[in-house]
Amino acid sequence: MSSSQKRISKELQECMTTPPTGMTISLPSESNLHTWAVKLIGPPGSPYAGGSFNLSVVLPPDYPFKAPLVTFATRIYHPNVTNDSAGSICLGMLKAENWKPASRVRAVLDAIRQLLIEPNPDDPLEARIADEFRGAPREFEKNARSYVARYASGKK
Amino acid sequence: MVDEVNMILEMRKEDAAILLRHFRWNKERLIEDYMDNPPKVLEAAGLGPSSKSPARLEAIPGFMCDICCEDEEGLKSFAMKCGHRYCVDCYRQYLTQKIREEGEAARIQCPAEGCHRIIDAPSLDLLVTHDLAARYQELLNRTYVEDKDILKWCPAPDCENAVECAIKKKDLDKVVPTVACLCGNRFCFGCILNDHQPAPCELVKRWLKKCADDSETANWISANTKECPKCNSTIEKNGGCNHMTCRKCKHEFCWMCMGLWSEHGTSWYNCNRFEEKSGTDARDAQARSRVSLERYLHYYNRYANHEQSARLDKDIYTKTEKKMVQLQTASGMSWIEVQYLNSASQALQTCRQTLKWTYAFAFYLARNNLTEIFEDNQKDLELAVEALSEMFEKPIAELADTKLKVDIMDKTAYCNRRRIILLEDTADNLANGRWTFNVDLKSITPNASSGVNSRG
Ligand SMILES: [Zn+2]
Ligand SMILES: [Zn+2]
Ligand SMILES: [Zn+2]
Ligand SMILES: [Zn+2]
Ligand SMILES: [Zn+2]
Ligand SMILES: [Zn+2]
Repeated sequence: MSSSQKRISKELQECMTTPPTGMTISLPSESNLHTWAVKLIGPPGSPYAGGSFNLSVVLPPDYPFKAPLVTFATRIYHPNVTNDSAGSICLGMLKAENWKPASRVRAVLDAIRQLLIEPNPDDPLEARIADEFRGAPREFEKNARSYVARYASGKK
Repeated sequence: MVDEVNMILEMRKEDAAILLRHFRWNKERLIEDYMDNPPKVLEAAGLGPSSKSPARLEAIPGFMCDICCEDEEGLKSFAMKCGHRYCVDCYRQYLTQKIREEGEAARIQCPAEGCHRIIDAPSLDLLVTHDLAARYQELLNRTYVEDKDILKWCPAPDCENAVECAIKKKDLDKVVPTVACLCGNRFCFGCILNDHQPAPCELVKRWLKKCADDSETANWISANTKECPKCNSTIEKNGGCNHMTCRKCKHEFCWMCMGLWSEHGTSWYNCNRFEEKSGTDARDAQARSRVSLERYLHYYNRYANHEQSARLDKDIYTKTEKKMVQLQTASGMSWIEVQYLNSASQALQTCRQTLKWTYAFAFYLARNNLTEIFEDNQKDLELAVEALSEMFEKPIAELADTKLKVDIMDKTAYCNRRRIILLEDTADNLANGRWTFNVDLKSITPNASSGVNSRG
């Protein structure tokens, strides 16, 4: 496991000194390098602008040979994120058959941010939201914004 | 097949297997393309430029492994031709996981993000234990067998697509696995013939054989000319429509059964169902054989008729575009506005294809409480198709009429809907074993895939 620790601490250090665009990264528990907390600022120009989203990154024991588990802790209205408290994300590079041990958490986080700018309705987790995104983009944006106001405005 | 390719192209067996997989087991295409441009083929398959320099482990000063972040001096590392270098331990763990846990062989890529280079056999031999290499070989062989069963080449001429379908041979008596290729061709995955829903493959095979055997007896029926049942003057069929009007005496009749046309549209008229003769009629052997021939001819007649009508409808379709251009001029309709004729033509083709096979299906069907529903569905679709066919053949002047346009569009939608209903209903009963056939569906012989083997 020591090889895994070395890689993880290196990645974490890099992410803390130069955080990925629009994000801050912290460790909920100093003693556990395998669970990261990410705060993601809704990308400007997207319906998520003005929102602040909490994500959880869990690195499995055999990371980096197994993909990290990334979920939205904040509710979000998006075709590729389950519209429930689990907040599961559908992202190609995280699927077991696509994951490469040389891939980094940073790349995953960048891809998730990109997903907020450009949802992928062809591979949805929420088919209804995907249909709406395609067929009634104005409705979709309205709903996404109202979710931001309700769950991601930072005010509790 | 792997042996053959490895002999012809003089490469390692393992590489031949990976190449074959990349070409979806199409040997001819692989050899052809490879002869044409070996580097290009190798590159596309993830094998990169073939090189004689043997793969080896190296200790490179200042190297840090990007996976484990180890950088100790003398760390043994490995890279394929793509140059993505990782330490031996990481490479080993990666390969072990892919082979042991994920059962992967022909698709294991370089561990680098975005690099699609496939791990080649020399690299594998160098990195993993004998055990694991043996397992890899086993998986590679299995990939081949699995792929061969779930992949088939689209039979359309000039089409090079493979279509995937996970149907098992033993289930062919329960489903008619119709697939659509990207090129638009629809065919049966079980026997590679054109879409033959609702008839299961085994019935289709028997039917086609029977038709070939009995062709002499049956040919006269599908001939293009018949005599008017009233005045006996010769009438030639020149469209797909079965509603015939004698030029001479204006007698209207049905091409299929030669009965009065007026009785087809309104009251119950058994044009589609063969009336089983009463037992007394069939008492002696001669009468029985006559009845059996009559019965066959009844279904063959209708089968052949829809086949012929579909051909004639297709002729009309080739004229459709011209027709649509004329219509645009005649009516001031735009190109988009005349597309309904195209849809109508498509519907006629597919529905006749289905109707045709409903008759082969019905021929083998033993009567039970469901056959009547089937015949009702068949009759309903048939009436709708004939009605559409008749409208479709109207002269341009009449087609320009908006009322007729609406009627054609409605009838097209109706035909498509009725076809789906018939097929869903029949497929549902087939899946649940509710049909009884007068032949055994289980005697499926494995020659179904011969068409594939000859190409792959
Ligand atoms: Zn390493
Ligand atoms: Zn590579
Ligand atoms: Zn095709
Ligand atoms: Zn078939
Ligand atoms: Zn006549
Ligand atoms: Zn008739």
